[in-house]
Amino acid sequence: MAHFVEQIIFGLTVGSVYALIALGYTMVYGVMKLINFAHGELFALGAFVGYIFLVTLNWGGLLGPALAIGCVAIIVCVATALAGHALERVAYRPLRHSDRLAAVVSALGASIFLQNVIMVVWGAQYRAFNASLLPTIVWRVAGQSVPLIRVFVFLTAVVTMAGLYLFINRTRFGLAIRAAAIDQGAAKLMGVDVRKVIAVVFLIGPALGGLAGLLVGIYYGQINFNMGQMYGLKAFTAAVIGGIGNIGGAMIGGLLLGLLETLGDAYISGAWKDALAFVALILILVFRPTGILPERVAEKL
Amino acid sequence: MLILSLSSVTKTFGGLVAVAGVSLGVERGQIAGLIGPNGAGKTTIFNLITGSIRPDDGHIFFSGRSLAGLKPHSVVALGVARTFQTIRLFPRLTVLDNVLSGCHCRLVSGVVAALLRLPSQRLEEKLVLKRAMAELEFVGLAERWSAEAGSLSYGDQRRLEIARALATEPKLLILDEPAGGMNERETANLMDLVGQIRDRDITIMLIEHDMGFVMRVCHRVFVMENGSLIAEGAPLEIQTNPRVIEAYLGRQDD
Repeated sequence: MAHFVEQIIFGLTVGSVYALIALGYTMVYGVMKLINFAHGELFALGAFVGYIFLVTLNWGGLLGPALAIGCVAIIVCVATALAGHALERVAYRPLRHSDRLAAVVSALGASIFLQNVIMVVWGAQYRAFNASLLPTIVWRVAGQSVPLIRVFVFLTAVVTMAGLYLFINRTRFGLAIRAAAIDQGAAKLMGVDVRKVIAVVFLIGPALGGLAGLLVGIYYGQINFNMGQMYGLKAFTAAVIGGIGNIGGAMIGGLLLGLLETLGDAYISGAWKDALAFVALILILVFRPTGILPERVAEKL
Repeated sequence: MLILSLSSVTKTFGGLVAVAGVSLGVERGQIAGLIGPNGAGKTTIFNLITGSIRPDDGHIFFSGRSLAGLKPHSVVALGVARTFQTIRLFPRLTVLDNVLSGCHCRLVSGVVAALLRLPSQRLEEKLVLKRAMAELEFVGLAERWSAEAGSLSYGDQRRLEIARALATEPKLLILDEPAGGMNERETANLMDLVGQIRDRDITIMLIEHDMGFVMRVCHRVFVMENGSLIAEGAPLEIQTNPRVIEAYLGRQDD
């Protein structure tokens, strides 16, 4: 059990990235009852936009790591938010009043399209995200090693999520989002501009996904055009574990999934990592389709 | 002065003519009742006014402005609010949050201000909170503000729907069967409440099956049958109108 705490920290790091992506799935589902299958690609896009500035343009060397990461994070969020917005306009808004299946097919199509756009632009091979921005500091805490980069990824994700949580639960616009998630018709008749709510959800969700992409790039040091597929599926699993449509659930689901994966990896076998995650998805869908949170806490979005 | 007027409004659903060329006008400051047998087209009229559905023909004017092509949230912003025949609160939100959702359309600060928590936006939130509590006070639910809306009694849920509608600062309040499912005491309280709302210079239009309620509360009553307006007038005139009696009780000549 020597490395148990290290595994926990690793699990939380990975999990916080899953949680960040899962929020995009769950927010869109909450308001539109639609799984945005292209969300994983927006995540990948975030990584590649970060790549442009941190690697191709070498902002890290020009501005210094802290300023570079801060600026690039904002650029990535804005870029993926705009891409998400465009996606909504082109792929989902025209289908607002058609069958739900039509929107699902459109989402799958958008996913394949975006993935191929990324491949055409940046190529199919892995790209080294060798930004080496953060100094490789490793703290020793009670015999366990705590790398700075893990703490950085975890804290960035957690602070972002806390901000989102406050926005949803403490502001009037957040209330409008929650109201629209419960009953769009009634929300409209109480003066809520549901189209605007959907537009904002499609800005925030992709921005969080894009930020997660940037974090993954910095953390793992390599990115690939189809990285969105596996991360997207994992984050979707996290959203379902927490109860799809439930913001707090997505956060908890992401962290739990990260822990499950890394502990499984460490104590069972690395080969079983992905299988464990999807077995969890199946078990949840079969036995507790509303997610692990108790019913009363499981307030949908 | 007419606050609301419909001129030959028609709406069909497939082959069914739900509303057939209805023209009516509601005076500002009045309590107007819309009655008629089930399926007469009363709720369709309400849905047309609030912009949930669009008329196939005819025009609807509110405060002299055409409502043609306006989305529901824009109609609310102009000053039309409604409650529903079957309660449509946000059951998992608190009582206060439900009312606050009604305040949404009066907020000036946008999403960006909310994200940055600008001082102007914080002040606005404070004022809105005060107004929402005042509306809860008005309908007598102030001390239940933190309860989940779904946990309230039926009568209280109806009152909460009214508070939520009032929070949009309407000039015209549309109530769809407000006394539906209420007991006698609750109905009596509702009558008081409707009177107090009108005293705030809010015009009221309501659908109600409780004839005692309609006759006592309304200044003017409109009667519909099969999508058409068959009578309008003061409650007393309506009660003695032979066409109305026929619509409700059937022909008496067999």
